[in-house]
Amino acid sequence: MTDTTAATNLAATPASDKPGRRGPRFDVKRQNGFWLVAVFCLAMLYAPMFVLVAYAFNDNQFVMIWKGFTWRWFGIAVNDPEIRGAALLSLKVAAIASVTATVIATMAALATTRVKAFRSLPLVYAIINQPLMVPEIVTAIATMVFFAAIRSFTEYYGVVYLVVSHIVFCIPFAYMPLRARLEDMDLVYENAAADLYATPWRVFRRITFPLMIPGIIGALMLSFVVSMDDVVITVHVSGPGEQTLPLYLIGQLHRGVTPEVNAMSTLFLLASVLLVTIFFIVTRKKT
Amino acid sequence: MVAGATAIEARNVIKTFGNGTEAVHALDNVSVTIRQNEFFTLLGPSGCGKTTLLRMIAGFELPTSGDILLDGQPVAHLPPFKRQVNTVFQSYALFPHLTVAQNIAFGLEMLGRRKSEIESQVTAMLKLVQMEPMRNRKTNQLSGGQQQRVALARALAPHPKVLLLDEPLSALDLKLRKGMQIELKRLQMETGITFIFVTHDQEEALTMSDRIAVMSKGKILQIGTPTEIYEHPSDRFVAHFIGETNFIEAEVVELSAEGGRLRLASGAEIFHPRAGQASVGKRISLVVRPERIELAPLDDSCQFAGTIKNIVYFGTDTTYHLDVENAGEMTVRMQNRWGHQSVLQIGDQVGLKVEPDALQVLKD
Amino acid sequence: MAATSEAGRQASIDSGRAQIAAQKAATRTVVSRWLLLSPALVIILGCGLLPLFIILGYSLMQPGDYAGVVCCKLVPDAWINLFFEQDMFSDALAPNYAYYTIFARSIMMALFTTALAIGVGFPTAYFIATRGPKMRNLMLFLITIPFWTNLLIRTYSIIMVLQDQGVLNKILMRLGIIDQPLQLMYTNVAISYGLAYAYLPYMVLPLYASMEKLDFRLIEAGYDLYANRFQVLRRLIIPLVKPGIVAGSILVFIPAIGDYVITTQLGGGTRMMFGSLISQQFLTARNWPQGSALSLGLMLVVMIALFIYAKKAVGRAQS
Repeated sequence: MTDTTAATNLAATPASDKPGRRGPRFDVKRQNGFWLVAVFCLAMLYAPMFVLVAYAFNDNQFVMIWKGFTWRWFGIAVNDPEIRGAALLSLKVAAIASVTATVIATMAALATTRVKAFRSLPLVYAIINQPLMVPEIVTAIATMVFFAAIRSFTEYYGVVYLVVSHIVFCIPFAYMPLRARLEDMDLVYENAAADLYATPWRVFRRITFPLMIPGIIGALMLSFVVSMDDVVITVHVSGPGEQTLPLYLIGQLHRGVTPEVNAMSTLFLLASVLLVTIFFIVTRKKT
Repeated sequence: MVAGATAIEARNVIKTFGNGTEAVHALDNVSVTIRQNEFFTLLGPSGCGKTTLLRMIAGFELPTSGDILLDGQPVAHLPPFKRQVNTVFQSYALFPHLTVAQNIAFGLEMLGRRKSEIESQVTAMLKLVQMEPMRNRKTNQLSGGQQQRVALARALAPHPKVLLLDEPLSALDLKLRKGMQIELKRLQMETGITFIFVTHDQEEALTMSDRIAVMSKGKILQIGTPTEIYEHPSDRFVAHFIGETNFIEAEVVELSAEGGRLRLASGAEIFHPRAGQASVGKRISLVVRPERIELAPLDDSCQFAGTIKNIVYFGTDTTYHLDVENAGEMTVRMQNRWGHQSVLQIGDQVGLKVEPDALQVLKD
Repeated sequence: MAATSEAGRQASIDSGRAQIAAQKAATRTVVSRWLLLSPALVIILGCGLLPLFIILGYSLMQPGDYAGVVCCKLVPDAWINLFFEQDMFSDALAPNYAYYTIFARSIMMALFTTALAIGVGFPTAYFIATRGPKMRNLMLFLITIPFWTNLLIRTYSIIMVLQDQGVLNKILMRLGIIDQPLQLMYTNVAISYGLAYAYLPYMVLPLYASMEKLDFRLIEAGYDLYANRFQVLRRLIIPLVKPGIVAGSILVFIPAIGDYVITTQLGGGTRMMFGSLISQQFLTARNWPQGSALSLGLMLVVMIALFIYAKKAVGRAQS
């Protein structure tokens, strides 16, 4: 074959016999090197976590010195009473806070979505989203101060303060998926139900509420995770003896860690990933 | 249920949106009486108020003033769930989380009927709209036509006094739509329920309705049977909206007990029995349908003379667009009774012949 | 209109009924709306906003002996102290360099983190936005997971990397690049890496949202008009996704400047920033008024940042 033949072959290559296979084509979307940064980004996000998980299997009390592979730290972590207590408290607070916040946010979403804009609406939005607009440390100490005053005044000490502080910042997180779901819901279904003799309460119970369920699940999960993850507010507002998992972790970091901490963290990470996956599946827009 | 008795009456209904100078009169002093067992259509272009009136009858809008009566009882103050009126929505609005059978059963459940009764009614309805095999399907698995039928069944199941249909056929393709038009007519006659149908498609209105109300800009312009509306439009808008039409100006020359003699713009004079209301010298507008004009060789028996500008062949008939002396553009339609193409050509000069009773005087 | 006849009179009564029903329905809507909103508003106003006013008051009082404040004489000490120190012996005011360092570090760190987040986040978001749907959903899912995991755990994993006996030092020593472990913990480097690591998803997600809406036909037009890839990037893509850049920057800057977890764990007591300083005032130094003043100062900085953002958003809307 001569050179010219090869050149013309290349130039005349728009499509070949293989289906879907196209010749050299100018990719409008491509930017050089971006893929490298993207891969780097994902790697940097996950590398430390892999390190953490890897060292959970370290058969050595000193975390960073690798001795061998073992599962034992997971067993120890699961049976450790302090971890159990902390996990239980985290779960309890998160459960109560997420359910309460979801109920409150559901009511708020029903009142603010699909309605004709009323004058105080922007103010209401601002109030509902207020916890998101203030730096967390400021909220933490402000709440701490407030509850300290109430504690000394009423002489009542208990987990309720922690729970309430969690409810406050869970509400905007629960509100978001609820609002999104409601906005997607055409009012015509409720109109059709009313047309078919359903009273307003029955319209809510039989039509609005069932159709809202994906949003409610999303709200529950989002606020649950946010509550479980919270560190700043919990550190400052929790009373003596109230130790959630993040607080336990901080304590361990001060004292010195063993792979038990890694094991606990790994389990925690797994739980988070599981919840995110479920959230993605439930709130995925059904096309 | 006495035939001829009133099912729905709207009295002096006014509906205003907005305030002050920006107020929009969706309905401007509308009054209409709809009889029982009637297939009544509200016809008009978008924005004319037909949907607003329908929603008002259903209970989703409250009149700014005026009243709505159902079976003689005022209902405008009642919410939708207290009126024995059901709606077939334009988007069907089938409850996505319920099956077909559950959708149809919904109204009866809300009314507190017994389970056995609901069961049998649902089955009867499914049979009526021929959807029995789809009984337990989820509604998002149905085609447009099927959803439509379920929506109908759902609205008919509680046996309302009046059924409202808000442009239910607009989302269907032509063949399906024609089929559904026949279906709806049959359903109305079988169930004996008063149907109030909203559409902007005048052909649909003419084929299905017992009576039509033509609306524009919040007012009812004319109420009548399809024949009345088509052949004797009372108003320029109605004449123009329904079918194709030609407008002719004339002047009253002489009046008598039998009617009036009119001088047409072309100079020809005709005698019209119903020109009697006008006074001598008054200018009036006449309307004539394209199929009521005949093209003939030009002579004195023709009222107009014109030149053919365009010929459109439709298969069943041929439409001629002409430039007519002293009358502007006119359209004439003639049936292709003899099967072959017309001998007339573009550019031919012809005469137009009109029978007096084909002319309709417009209320100006 | 038809007031003369009996039917007409009945009609006016009937239509009056409809109007009364309309008014009743309107009132019912308003009442039910505020009833539904009341729990949310009460809780947030009471436990969210009210405490802020309380610390405003505290910032103007004197610190109590063990904690809390001495009620209720108002003094501006805490606020003055933000800027000036009072010499213990004389009454001279000297600039409070210690605080200035902390303020500067916080702002610098936050700005640096934001810049880093844009630098890494922009190509990443762009890459994700230009993949096919399957790849795109997968990558979004991967980017979102860290967003949901506990920040403290992620901080701990960074400690594992940066420690003296951490993975990074181990690798460097194994490769022979260094023979003594680098002191990485409790440095500015550690803090900035930690902040960037923590808040990167907050930049990627809004950027992605902007880029998803990008109309690539415009980019095609750019190429058609002789622009090369870099020019298209600079002159077309970046301006078109500016809303995403601004939104992401705000979402990174605000938490970064007030961050508590990263700064306390990776900065320790020697490299303080707003977050650790404020907490220290309350938990350790027991100077509540000072802590309150610092908190409100931080809020002020945040509000200025938000204000600038709002201005930019309004400017964009007007142009």
